Amino acid sequence: MIKSKLLNSLTRTLRGIGSRMTERVWRLGAGARLFFLTLVYSGESFKRFHLTLREIYFTGVMSLLIIVVSAFFVGMVLALQGYNTLQKYGSSEAIGVLVALSLVRELGPVVTALLFAGRAGTAITAEIGLMKTTEQLSAMEMMAVNPIARVIAPRFWAGVISMPILATLFSMVGILGGYIVAVPLIGVDDGAFWSQMQANVDFRLDIVNGLIKSIVFGVACTMIALFEGFDAPPTAEGVSRATTRTVVISSLTVLALDFVLTSFMLVI
Amino acid sequence: MNPNIVEIDNLSFGYKGRLLHKGINMVFPRGKVVAIMGGSGSGKTTLLRLIGGQIKPSKGEVRVDGEVVHQQDRDGIYKLRRKMGMLFQHGALFTDLSVFDNVAFPMRELTDLPESMIRDLVLMKLNAVGLRGAYHLTPPELSGGMARRVALARAVALDPNIIMYDEPFAGLDPISMGVICDLIRSLNDALGATSIIVSHDVKETFLIADYVYFVADGEVVAEGTPHDLMQSTLPFVHQFVHGEKDGPVPFHYPAANYQAELLGQNSAKHSQAKPGLTKNSQAK
Repeated sequence: MIKSKLLNSLTRTLRGIGSRMTERVWRLGAGARLFFLTLVYSGESFKRFHLTLREIYFTGVMSLLIIVVSAFFVGMVLALQGYNTLQKYGSSEAIGVLVALSLVRELGPVVTALLFAGRAGTAITAEIGLMKTTEQLSAMEMMAVNPIARVIAPRFWAGVISMPILATLFSMVGILGGYIVAVPLIGVDDGAFWSQMQANVDFRLDIVNGLIKSIVFGVACTMIALFEGFDAPPTAEGVSRATTRTVVISSLTVLALDFVLTSFMLVI
Repeated sequence: MNPNIVEIDNLSFGYKGRLLHKGINMVFPRGKVVAIMGGSGSGKTTLLRLIGGQIKPSKGEVRVDGEVVHQQDRDGIYKLRRKMGMLFQHGALFTDLSVFDNVAFPMRELTDLPESMIRDLVLMKLNAVGLRGAYHLTPPELSGGMARRVALARAVALDPNIIMYDEPFAGLDPISMGVICDLIRSLNDALGATSIIVSHDVKETFLIADYVYFVADGEVVAEGTPHDLMQSTLPFVHQFVHGEKDGPVPFHYPAANYQAELLGQNSAKHSQAKPGLTKNSQAK
Protein backbone atom coordinates (compact mmCIF):
# COMPACT_ATOMS: atom_id res chain seq x y z
CA MET A 1 0.00 0.00 0.00
CA ILE A 2 2.73 2.45 1.06
CA LYS A 3 4.86 1.29 -1.86
CA SER A 4 2.02 1.94 -4.26
CA LYS A 5 1.42 5.45 -2.82
CA LEU A 6 5.12 6.22 -3.09
CA LEU A 7 5.16 5.02 -6.69
CA ASN A 8 2.12 7.14 -7.51
CA SER A 9 3.67 10.20 -5.93
CA LEU A 10 6.93 9.62 -7.83
CA THR A 11 5.01 9.17 -11.10
CA ARG A 12 3.09 12.40 -10.48
CA THR A 13 6.29 14.32 -9.75
CA LEU A 14 8.04 12.98 -12.86
CA ARG A 15 4.96 13.70 -14.95
CA GLY A 16 4.90 17.26 -13.59
CA ILE A 17 8.57 17.81 -14.40
CA GLY A 18 8.09 16.32 -17.87
CA SER A 19 5.04 18.45 -18.54
CA ARG A 20 6.84 21.66 -17.47
CA MET A 21 9.88 20.75 -19.57
CA THR A 22 7.72 20.00 -22.61
CA GLU A 23 5.91 23.31 -22.18
CA ARG A 24 9.19 25.22 -21.99
CA VAL A 25 10.59 23.50 -25.05
CA TRP A 26 7.34 24.20 -26.89
CA ARG A 27 7.48 27.88 -25.91
CA LEU A 28 11.11 28.08 -27.01
CA GLY A 29 10.13 26.64 -30.38
CA ALA A 30 7.16 28.99 -30.69
CA GLY A 31 9.42 31.94 -29.80
CA ALA A 32 11.99 30.90 -32.40
CA ARG A 33 9.22 30.55 -34.99
CA LEU A 34 7.93 34.05 -34.19
CA PHE A 35 11.49 35.41 -34.47
CA PHE A 36 11.91 33.74 -37.87
CA LEU A 37 8.54 35.04 -39.12
CA THR A 38 9.41 38.52 -37.83
CA LEU A 39 12.58 38.49 -39.93
CA VAL A 40 10.67 37.14 -42.94
CA TYR A 41 8.01 39.86 -42.74
CA SER A 42 10.44 42.66 -41.83
CA GLY A 43 10.62 43.74 -45.47
CA GLU A 44 6.95 44.73 -45.41
CA SER A 45 7.48 46.83 -42.29
CA PHE A 46 10.59 48.52 -43.77
CA LYS A 47 8.45 49.67 -46.70
CA ARG A 48 6.41 51.66 -44.19
CA PHE A 49 9.22 52.86 -41.98
CA HIS A 50 6.98 55.46 -40.31
CA LEU A 51 5.50 52.59 -38.26
CA THR A 52 8.97 51.72 -36.94
CA LEU A 53 9.75 55.39 -36.30
CA ARG A 54 6.58 55.68 -34.25
CA GLU A 55 7.61 52.69 -32.16
CA ILE A 56 11.13 54.09 -31.73
CA TYR A 57 9.47 57.08 -30.12
CA PHE A 58 7.46 54.89 -27.71
CA THR A 59 10.20 52.41 -26.82
CA GLY A 60 13.33 54.54 -27.21
CA VAL A 61 12.50 58.19 -26.66
CA MET A 62 10.06 57.48 -23.83
CA SER A 63 12.77 55.43 -22.06
CA LEU A 64 15.25 58.30 -22.19
CA LEU A 65 14.44 59.79 -18.80
CA ILE A 66 14.93 56.60 -16.80
CA ILE A 67 18.10 55.77 -18.77
CA VAL A 68 19.67 59.22 -18.35
CA VAL A 69 18.86 59.57 -14.65
CA SER A 70 20.04 56.03 -13.86
CA ALA A 71 23.22 56.51 -15.89
CA PHE A 72 24.02 59.72 -14.03
CA PHE A 73 23.76 58.05 -10.63
CA VAL A 74 25.59 54.89 -11.75
CA GLY A 75 28.46 57.06 -13.04
CA MET A 76 28.62 59.05 -9.79
CA VAL A 77 28.62 55.89 -7.63
CA LEU A 78 31.31 54.31 -9.84
CA ALA A 79 33.53 57.37 -9.38
CA LEU A 80 33.06 57.37 -5.60
CA GLN A 81 33.74 53.63 -5.21
CA GLY A 82 36.58 53.68 -7.75
CA TYR A 83 38.32 56.62 -6.10
CA ASN A 84 37.99 54.95 -2.70
CA THR A 85 39.94 51.91 -3.94
CA LEU A 86 42.34 53.59 -6.39
CA GLN A 87 43.64 56.17 -3.92
CA LYS A 88 44.93 53.33 -1.70
CA TYR A 89 47.32 52.46 -4.54
CA GLY A 90 48.07 56.06 -5.42
CA SER A 91 46.45 55.88 -8.83
CA SER A 92 43.39 58.03 -8.36
CA GLU A 93 44.06 59.64 -11.79
CA ALA A 94 42.98 56.35 -13.35
CA ILE A 95 39.44 57.01 -12.15
CA GLY A 96 38.42 58.21 -15.63
CA VAL A 97 39.54 54.94 -17.22
CA LEU A 98 37.78 52.88 -14.58
CA VAL A 99 34.49 54.72 -15.03
CA ALA A 100 34.68 54.68 -18.83
CA LEU A 101 35.66 51.03 -19.20
CA SER A 102 33.09 49.84 -16.66
CA LEU A 103 30.36 51.74 -18.45
CA VAL A 104 31.31 51.12 -22.07
CA ARG A 105 32.14 47.43 -21.68
CA GLU A 106 29.59 46.23 -19.14
CA LEU A 107 27.30 48.56 -17.27
CA GLY A 108 26.15 50.57 -20.27
CA PRO A 109 24.78 47.66 -22.31
CA VAL A 110 23.69 45.52 -19.32
CA VAL A 111 21.96 48.13 -17.15
CA THR A 112 20.36 49.73 -20.21
CA ALA A 113 18.99 46.33 -21.25
CA LEU A 114 17.64 45.67 -17.74
CA LEU A 115 16.01 49.11 -17.60
CA PHE A 116 14.71 48.68 -21.15
CA ALA A 117 13.12 45.35 -20.22
CA GLY A 118 11.43 46.96 -17.22
CA ARG A 119 10.29 50.13 -18.98
CA ALA A 120 9.73 49.36 -22.68
CA GLY A 121 9.58 45.53 -22.60
CA THR A 122 6.67 45.44 -20.16
CA ALA A 123 4.86 48.14 -22.16
CA ILE A 124 5.27 46.11 -25.36
CA THR A 125 4.03 42.88 -23.72
CA ALA A 126 1.04 44.59 -22.10
CA GLU A 127 0.11 46.38 -25.33
CA ILE A 128 0.28 43.28 -27.53
CA GLY A 129 -1.40 41.15 -24.85
CA LEU A 130 -4.27 43.64 -24.62
CA MET A 131 -4.52 43.82 -28.41
CA LYS A 132 -4.96 40.05 -28.34
CA THR A 133 -7.46 40.17 -25.46
CA THR A 134 -9.58 42.80 -27.21
CA GLU A 135 -9.46 40.83 -30.50
CA GLN A 136 -7.54 43.58 -32.31
CA LEU A 137 -5.03 41.04 -33.67
CA SER A 138 -7.86 38.74 -34.78
CA ALA A 139 -9.57 41.70 -36.44
CA MET A 140 -6.35 42.46 -38.32
CA GLU A 141 -6.06 38.81 -39.41
CA MET A 142 -9.66 38.84 -40.62
CA MET A 143 -8.94 41.98 -42.65
CA ALA A 144 -6.16 40.02 -44.42
CA VAL A 145 -3.54 42.17 -42.71
CA ASN A 146 -0.65 40.17 -41.27
CA PRO A 147 -0.22 41.16 -37.58
CA ILE A 148 3.41 40.03 -37.61
CA ALA A 149 4.23 42.46 -40.42
CA ARG A 150 2.02 45.27 -39.09
CA VAL A 151 2.44 44.99 -35.30
CA ILE A 152 5.39 42.75 -34.39
CA ALA A 153 8.09 43.62 -36.94
CA PRO A 154 7.99 47.44 -36.46
CA ARG A 155 8.23 47.03 -32.67
CA PHE A 156 11.06 44.52 -33.05
CA TRP A 157 13.18 46.82 -35.21
CA ALA A 158 12.33 49.80 -33.01
CA GLY A 159 13.76 47.91 -30.01
CA VAL A 160 16.84 46.75 -31.92
CA ILE A 161 17.56 50.30 -33.14
CA SER A 162 16.79 51.97 -29.80
CA MET A 163 18.91 49.76 -27.58
CA PRO A 164 22.43 50.66 -28.85
CA ILE A 165 21.50 54.35 -28.93
CA LEU A 166 20.22 54.16 -25.35
CA ALA A 167 23.30 52.19 -24.23
CA THR A 168 25.59 54.79 -25.84
CA LEU A 169 23.69 57.58 -24.10
CA PHE A 170 23.89 55.64 -20.84
CA SER A 171 27.68 55.40 -21.10
CA MET A 172 28.05 59.08 -22.04
CA VAL A 173 25.86 60.36 -19.21
CA GLY A 174 27.49 57.90 -16.79
CA ILE A 175 30.94 59.25 -17.69
CA LEU A 176 29.61 62.77 -17.15
CA GLY A 177 28.29 61.74 -13.70
CA GLY A 178 31.66 60.18 -12.90
CA TYR A 179 33.46 63.33 -14.05
CA ILE A 180 31.30 65.58 -11.85
CA VAL A 181 32.10 63.49 -8.76
CA ALA A 182 35.77 62.88 -9.58
CA VAL A 183 36.91 66.31 -10.79
CA PRO A 184 34.90 69.15 -9.21
CA LEU A 185 33.92 67.28 -6.02
CA ILE A 186 36.90 65.05 -5.17
CA GLY A 187 39.53 67.14 -6.92
CA VAL A 188 41.09 64.64 -9.35
CA ASP A 189 43.05 66.40 -12.08
CA ASP A 190 40.86 67.32 -15.03
CA GLY A 191 43.53 66.56 -17.65
CA ALA A 192 44.48 63.22 -16.09
CA PHE A 193 40.83 62.17 -16.00
CA TRP A 194 40.29 62.68 -19.74
CA SER A 195 43.77 61.82 -21.06
CA GLN A 196 43.95 58.48 -19.23
CA MET A 197 40.52 57.68 -20.58
CA GLN A 198 41.57 58.62 -24.11
CA ALA A 199 44.74 56.54 -23.88
CA ASN A 200 43.18 53.39 -22.48
CA VAL A 201 39.76 53.06 -24.07
CA ASP A 202 40.10 51.14 -27.34
CA PHE A 203 37.53 51.86 -30.04
CA ARG A 204 37.36 48.33 -31.44
CA LEU A 205 37.78 46.29 -28.25
CA ASP A 206 35.75 48.42 -25.89
CA ILE A 207 33.30 50.66 -27.73
CA VAL A 208 32.43 48.35 -30.66
CA ASN A 209 32.16 45.31 -28.37
CA GLY A 210 29.86 47.28 -26.08
CA LEU A 211 27.72 48.21 -29.08
CA ILE A 212 27.58 44.58 -30.25
CA LYS A 213 26.42 43.57 -26.78
CA SER A 214 23.68 46.20 -26.74
CA ILE A 215 22.43 45.11 -30.18
CA VAL A 216 22.27 41.47 -29.06
CA PHE A 217 20.47 42.52 -25.85
CA GLY A 218 18.10 44.63 -27.95
CA VAL A 219 17.17 41.62 -30.10
CA ALA A 220 16.72 39.40 -27.02
CA CYS A 221 14.74 41.84 -24.84
CA THR A 222 12.44 43.02 -27.63
CA MET A 223 11.78 39.52 -28.96
CA ILE A 224 11.00 38.20 -25.46
CA ALA A 225 8.60 41.09 -24.83
CA LEU A 226 6.90 40.59 -28.19
CA PHE A 227 6.60 36.82 -27.82
CA GLU A 228 5.23 37.03 -24.28
CA GLY A 229 2.57 39.50 -25.44
CA PHE A 230 1.73 37.52 -28.56
CA ASP A 231 1.51 34.26 -26.62
CA ALA A 232 -0.33 35.67 -23.57
CA PRO A 233 -3.65 34.01 -22.71
CA PRO A 234 -6.34 36.57 -23.59
CA THR A 235 -7.33 37.35 -20.00
CA ALA A 236 -6.35 40.01 -17.46
CA GLU A 237 -4.44 37.40 -15.47
CA GLY A 238 -2.76 36.10 -18.61
CA VAL A 239 -1.48 39.55 -19.60
CA SER A 240 -0.32 40.26 -16.06
CA ARG A 241 1.65 36.99 -15.91
CA ALA A 242 3.12 37.61 -19.35
CA THR A 243 4.30 41.08 -18.29
CA THR A 244 6.01 39.64 -15.22
CA ARG A 245 7.61 36.89 -17.31
CA THR A 246 8.98 39.50 -19.71
CA VAL A 247 10.97 41.20 -16.94
CA VAL A 248 12.18 37.96 -15.36
CA ILE A 249 13.15 36.16 -18.58
CA SER A 250 14.67 39.28 -20.19
CA SER A 251 16.79 40.04 -17.11
CA LEU A 252 18.10 36.48 -16.82
CA THR A 253 18.70 36.25 -20.58
CA VAL A 254 20.64 39.55 -20.60
CA LEU A 255 22.88 38.45 -17.71
CA ALA A 256 23.50 35.02 -19.24
CA LEU A 257 24.15 36.47 -22.71
CA ASP A 258 26.50 39.03 -21.18
CA PHE A 259 28.63 36.24 -19.74
CA VAL A 260 28.70 34.35 -23.04
CA LEU A 261 29.49 37.46 -25.12
CA THR A 262 32.17 38.68 -22.69
CA SER A 263 33.83 35.25 -22.78
CA PHE A 264 33.97 35.28 -26.58
CA MET A 265 35.13 38.89 -26.74
CA LEU A 266 37.97 38.35 -24.27
CA VAL A 267 39.13 35.19 -26.05
CA ILE A 268 38.96 36.76 -29.51
CA MET B 1 -22.77 31.02 -60.36
CA ASN B 2 -23.27 29.04 -57.16
CA PRO B 3 -26.33 30.51 -55.38
CA ASN B 4 -24.63 29.93 -52.01
CA ILE B 5 -21.63 32.09 -51.20
CA VAL B 6 -20.72 30.02 -48.12
CA GLU B 7 -21.31 26.30 -47.70
CA ILE B 8 -20.51 24.27 -44.61
CA ASP B 9 -20.38 20.58 -45.41
CA ASN B 10 -20.35 17.83 -42.76
CA LEU B 11 -18.11 19.96 -40.57
CA SER B 12 -16.66 18.63 -37.34
CA PHE B 13 -14.35 20.60 -35.09
CA GLY B 14 -12.93 19.89 -31.68
CA TYR B 15 -10.10 20.90 -29.42
CA LYS B 16 -8.65 19.71 -26.13
CA GLY B 17 -10.45 16.41 -26.61
CA ARG B 18 -13.88 18.05 -26.80
CA LEU B 19 -15.90 17.81 -30.00
CA LEU B 20 -17.54 21.22 -30.47
CA HIS B 21 -19.21 20.56 -33.83
CA LYS B 22 -20.40 17.18 -35.03
CA GLY B 23 -21.12 17.03 -38.75
CA ILE B 24 -22.69 20.45 -39.28
CA ASN B 25 -24.27 21.33 -42.65
CA MET B 26 -25.25 24.91 -43.48
CA VAL B 27 -25.64 27.04 -46.58
CA PHE B 28 -25.60 30.83 -46.82
CA PRO B 29 -27.32 32.05 -50.00
CA ARG B 30 -26.08 35.22 -51.69
CA GLY B 31 -27.83 38.42 -50.67
CA LYS B 32 -29.48 36.94 -47.60
CA VAL B 33 -29.17 37.61 -43.88
CA VAL B 34 -28.65 34.25 -42.18
CA ALA B 35 -28.44 33.87 -38.42
CA ILE B 36 -26.73 31.20 -36.36
CA MET B 37 -28.29 31.00 -32.94
CA GLY B 38 -27.66 28.93 -29.85
CA GLY B 39 -26.72 29.15 -26.23
CA SER B 40 -23.41 30.43 -24.89
CA GLY B 41 -20.59 27.99 -25.57
CA SER B 42 -22.40 26.21 -28.40
CA GLY B 43 -19.62 27.06 -30.85
CA LYS B 44 -21.32 29.83 -32.85
CA THR B 45 -18.31 32.15 -32.88
CA THR B 46 -16.06 29.19 -33.71
CA LEU B 47 -18.15 28.67 -36.85
CA LEU B 48 -17.33 32.25 -37.93
CA ARG B 49 -13.64 31.58 -37.28
CA LEU B 50 -13.88 28.42 -39.38
CA ILE B 51 -15.48 30.38 -42.22
CA GLY B 52 -12.74 33.01 -41.92
CA GLY B 53 -10.03 30.34 -41.99
CA GLN B 54 -8.62 31.27 -38.58
CA ILE B 55 -8.93 27.62 -37.52
CA LYS B 56 -9.09 24.37 -39.47
CA PRO B 57 -11.90 21.81 -39.20
CA SER B 58 -11.18 18.31 -37.91
CA LYS B 59 -13.47 16.88 -40.60
CA GLY B 60 -15.62 18.21 -43.43
CA GLU B 61 -15.11 21.52 -45.18
CA VAL B 62 -16.13 25.15 -45.44
CA ARG B 63 -16.37 26.58 -48.95
CA VAL B 64 -16.36 30.31 -49.56
CA ASP B 65 -17.22 31.32 -53.12
CA GLY B 66 -16.50 27.74 -54.21
CA GLU B 67 -13.03 27.59 -52.59
CA VAL B 68 -12.34 25.18 -49.73
CA VAL B 69 -11.04 27.48 -46.98
CA HIS B 70 -8.74 25.12 -45.10
CA GLN B 71 -7.01 23.96 -48.30
CA GLN B 72 -5.78 27.47 -49.06
CA ASP B 73 -2.27 28.65 -48.24
CA ARG B 74 -1.77 31.93 -46.38
CA ASP B 75 -2.08 34.06 -49.53
CA GLY B 76 -5.19 32.13 -50.61
CA ILE B 77 -6.85 32.65 -47.23
CA TYR B 78 -5.98 36.37 -47.28
CA LYS B 79 -7.46 36.57 -50.79
CA LEU B 80 -10.69 35.01 -49.51
CA ARG B 81 -10.72 37.28 -46.46
CA ARG B 82 -10.68 40.32 -48.73
CA LYS B 83 -14.20 39.25 -49.69
CA MET B 84 -15.21 39.25 -46.02
CA GLY B 85 -15.86 41.86 -43.37
CA MET B 86 -16.28 40.99 -39.73
CA LEU B 87 -17.83 42.82 -36.82
CA PHE B 88 -16.35 41.53 -33.58
CA GLN B 89 -18.36 41.23 -30.37
CA HIS B 90 -16.76 44.27 -28.72
CA GLY B 91 -15.83 46.06 -31.92
CA ALA B 92 -12.09 45.25 -31.73
CA LEU B 93 -11.27 48.82 -32.74
CA PHE B 94 -7.57 49.70 -32.78
CA THR B 95 -7.22 51.75 -29.62
CA ASP B 96 -4.16 53.66 -30.85
CA LEU B 97 -6.02 54.96 -33.91
CA SER B 98 -8.82 57.52 -34.25
CA VAL B 99 -12.27 56.63 -35.58
CA PHE B 100 -11.23 57.97 -39.00
CA ASP B 101 -7.99 55.96 -39.06
CA ASN B 102 -9.79 52.81 -37.91
CA VAL B 103 -12.16 52.95 -40.87
CA ALA B 104 -9.32 53.95 -43.20
CA PHE B 105 -7.13 51.08 -41.93
CA PRO B 106 -8.23 48.35 -44.41
CA MET B 107 -8.15 50.84 -47.29
CA ARG B 108 -4.61 51.97 -46.46
CA GLU B 109 -3.37 48.44 -45.86
CA LEU B 110 -5.01 46.62 -48.75
CA THR B 111 -5.41 49.18 -51.53
CA ASP B 112 -3.31 51.78 -53.33
CA LEU B 113 -6.04 54.41 -53.20
CA PRO B 114 -4.84 58.01 -52.88
CA GLU B 115 -5.33 59.64 -49.49
CA SER B 116 -7.90 62.11 -50.86
CA MET B 117 -10.10 59.24 -52.07
CA ILE B 118 -9.65 57.34 -48.79
CA ARG B 119 -10.80 60.45 -46.95
CA ASP B 120 -14.00 60.65 -49.01
CA LEU B 121 -14.70 56.92 -48.69
CA VAL B 122 -14.17 56.96 -44.93
CA LEU B 123 -16.53 59.88 -44.52
CA MET B 124 -19.12 58.07 -46.66
CA LYS B 125 -18.84 54.92 -44.55
CA LEU B 126 -19.03 56.90 -41.33
CA ASN B 127 -22.02 58.81 -42.68
CA ALA B 128 -23.76 55.49 -43.41
CA VAL B 129 -23.50 54.54 -39.73
CA GLY B 130 -24.34 58.06 -38.57
CA LEU B 131 -20.94 58.89 -37.10
CA ARG B 132 -19.38 61.23 -39.66
CA GLY B 133 -19.18 63.89 -36.97
CA ALA B 134 -17.24 61.58 -34.66
CA TYR B 135 -14.35 60.94 -37.08
CA HIS B 136 -11.82 62.67 -34.80
CA LEU B 137 -12.68 60.76 -31.63
CA THR B 138 -10.62 57.86 -30.30
CA PRO B 139 -12.13 54.45 -29.31
CA PRO B 140 -12.03 55.14 -25.53
CA GLU B 141 -14.20 58.23 -26.14
CA LEU B 142 -16.97 56.18 -27.78
CA SER B 143 -19.97 54.53 -26.14
CA GLY B 144 -20.51 50.79 -26.70
CA GLY B 145 -23.09 51.42 -29.43
CA MET B 146 -20.91 54.00 -31.19
CA ALA B 147 -17.90 51.68 -31.08
CA ARG B 148 -19.99 48.91 -32.63
CA ARG B 149 -21.11 51.30 -35.41
CA VAL B 150 -17.53 52.39 -36.14
CA ALA B 151 -16.51 48.74 -36.26
CA LEU B 152 -19.38 48.15 -38.68
CA ALA B 153 -18.16 51.00 -40.89
CA ARG B 154 -14.68 49.43 -40.82
CA ALA B 155 -16.10 45.96 -41.60
CA VAL B 156 -17.79 47.28 -44.76
CA ALA B 157 -14.94 49.63 -45.70
CA LEU B 158 -13.98 47.57 -48.76
CA ASP B 159 -17.55 46.61 -49.71
CA PRO B 160 -17.21 42.90 -48.84
CA ASN B 161 -19.38 40.13 -50.29
CA ILE B 162 -19.78 38.49 -46.91
CA ILE B 163 -20.28 40.37 -43.64
CA MET B 164 -19.99 38.36 -40.43
CA TYR B 165 -21.38 39.66 -37.16
CA ASP B 166 -20.30 38.16 -33.85
CA GLU B 167 -22.93 38.94 -31.22
CA PRO B 168 -23.69 42.39 -32.69
CA PHE B 169 -26.38 43.19 -30.10
CA ALA B 170 -24.58 42.05 -26.93
CA GLY B 171 -24.40 44.68 -24.21
CA LEU B 172 -26.17 47.44 -26.13
CA ASP B 173 -28.95 49.73 -24.92
CA PRO B 174 -32.31 49.40 -26.74
CA ILE B 175 -31.72 52.44 -28.95
CA SER B 176 -28.26 51.29 -30.06
CA MET B 177 -29.63 47.80 -30.56
CA GLY B 178 -32.35 49.14 -32.87
CA VAL B 179 -29.80 51.22 -34.78
CA ILE B 180 -27.43 48.28 -35.29
CA CYS B 181 -30.34 46.04 -36.26
CA ASP B 182 -31.45 48.49 -38.90
CA LEU B 183 -27.89 49.04 -40.17
CA ILE B 184 -27.23 45.32 -40.62
CA ARG B 185 -30.26 44.90 -42.84
CA SER B 186 -29.84 48.14 -44.77
CA LEU B 187 -26.10 47.67 -45.38
CA ASN B 188 -26.68 44.09 -46.51
CA ASP B 189 -29.30 45.20 -49.03
CA ALA B 190 -27.36 48.28 -50.17
CA LEU B 191 -24.12 46.36 -50.74
CA GLY B 192 -25.82 43.23 -52.10
CA ALA B 193 -23.78 41.27 -49.59
CA THR B 194 -24.51 38.16 -47.55
CA SER B 195 -24.69 38.63 -43.80
CA ILE B 196 -24.00 35.93 -41.25
CA ILE B 197 -25.13 36.87 -37.77
CA VAL B 198 -24.10 34.94 -34.70
CA SER B 199 -26.35 35.91 -31.84
CA HIS B 200 -28.56 34.75 -29.01
CA ASP B 201 -30.80 37.81 -29.09
CA VAL B 202 -33.97 36.30 -30.51
CA LYS B 203 -36.11 39.41 -30.98
CA GLU B 204 -33.58 41.49 -32.90
CA THR B 205 -32.22 38.59 -34.93
CA PHE B 206 -35.64 37.34 -35.99
CA LEU B 207 -36.51 40.88 -37.06
CA ILE B 208 -33.81 41.03 -39.74
CA ALA B 209 -32.85 37.43 -40.57
CA ASP B 210 -34.12 35.64 -43.68
CA TYR B 211 -33.13 32.24 -42.36
CA VAL B 212 -32.01 30.92 -38.98
CA TYR B 213 -29.98 27.92 -37.84
CA PHE B 214 -30.17 26.75 -34.25
CA VAL B 215 -27.01 25.07 -32.96
CA ALA B 216 -26.85 23.01 -29.78
CA ASP B 217 -24.67 20.17 -28.59
CA GLY B 218 -22.52 20.55 -31.71
CA GLU B 219 -25.37 19.96 -34.15
CA VAL B 220 -27.92 21.94 -36.11
CA VAL B 221 -31.05 21.14 -34.10
CA ALA B 222 -33.46 23.32 -36.05
CA GLU B 223 -33.52 25.62 -39.05
CA GLY B 224 -36.03 27.69 -40.92
CA THR B 225 -37.39 31.17 -41.38
CA PRO B 226 -37.97 33.24 -38.23
CA HIS B 227 -41.72 32.82 -38.73
CA ASP B 228 -41.46 29.02 -38.86
CA LEU B 229 -39.21 28.89 -35.82
CA MET B 230 -41.56 31.08 -33.79
CA GLN B 231 -44.25 28.46 -34.38
CA SER B 232 -41.89 25.54 -33.74
CA THR B 233 -42.93 22.95 -31.19
CA LEU B 234 -39.43 21.49 -30.89
CA PRO B 235 -38.68 21.65 -27.15
CA PHE B 236 -35.25 23.29 -27.52
CA VAL B 237 -36.43 25.91 -30.02
CA HIS B 238 -39.50 26.63 -27.92
CA GLN B 239 -37.43 27.08 -24.77
CA PHE B 240 -34.86 29.27 -26.54
CA VAL B 241 -37.28 31.45 -28.49
CA HIS B 242 -39.53 32.04 -25.50
CA GLY B 243 -36.68 32.32 -23.00
CA GLU B 244 -38.01 29.63 -20.65
CA LYS B 245 -35.93 28.91 -17.58
CA ASP B 246 -36.08 25.12 -17.67
CA GLY B 247 -36.47 22.64 -20.46
CA PRO B 248 -34.12 20.59 -22.61
CA VAL B 249 -31.38 22.98 -21.51
CA PRO B 250 -31.58 22.46 -17.74
CA PHE B 251 -31.50 25.30 -15.23
CA HIS B 252 -29.24 23.28 -12.92
CA TYR B 253 -25.72 22.26 -13.81
CA PRO B 254 -25.46 18.49 -13.28
CA ALA B 255 -24.91 17.88 -9.58
CA ALA B 256 -25.27 15.27 -6.87
CA ASN B 257 -28.58 14.77 -5.11
CA TYR B 258 -29.49 18.07 -3.44
CA GLN B 259 -30.82 16.56 -0.20
CA ALA B 260 -27.89 14.16 0.13
CA GLU B 261 -25.42 17.01 -0.47
CA LEU B 262 -27.03 19.25 2.16
CA LEU B 263 -26.93 16.39 4.67
CA GLY B 264 -23.25 15.92 3.95
CA GLN B 265 -23.61 12.61 2.09
CA ASN B 266 -21.97 11.92 -1.27
CA SER B 267 -20.21 15.30 -1.05
CA ALA B 268 -17.40 14.14 -3.31
CA LYS B 269 -19.52 12.13 -5.68
CA HIS B 270 -20.68 14.76 -8.14
CA SER B 271 -22.24 13.51 -11.30
CA GLN B 272 -20.00 13.50 -14.36
CA ALA B 273 -22.99 13.75 -16.70
CA LYS B 274 -22.95 16.67 -19.11
CA PRO B 275 -25.94 18.87 -19.81
CA GLY B 276 -27.63 17.94 -23.02
CA LEU B 277 -30.72 18.40 -25.06
CA THR B 278 -32.29 15.12 -24.08
CA LYS B 279 -31.40 15.19 -20.41
CA ASN B 280 -33.27 17.02 -17.77
CA SER B 281 -31.62 18.39 -14.69
CA GLN B 282 -30.44 15.73 -12.31
CA ALA B 283 -30.94 18.01 -9.34
CA LYS B 284 -33.94 17.10 -7.34
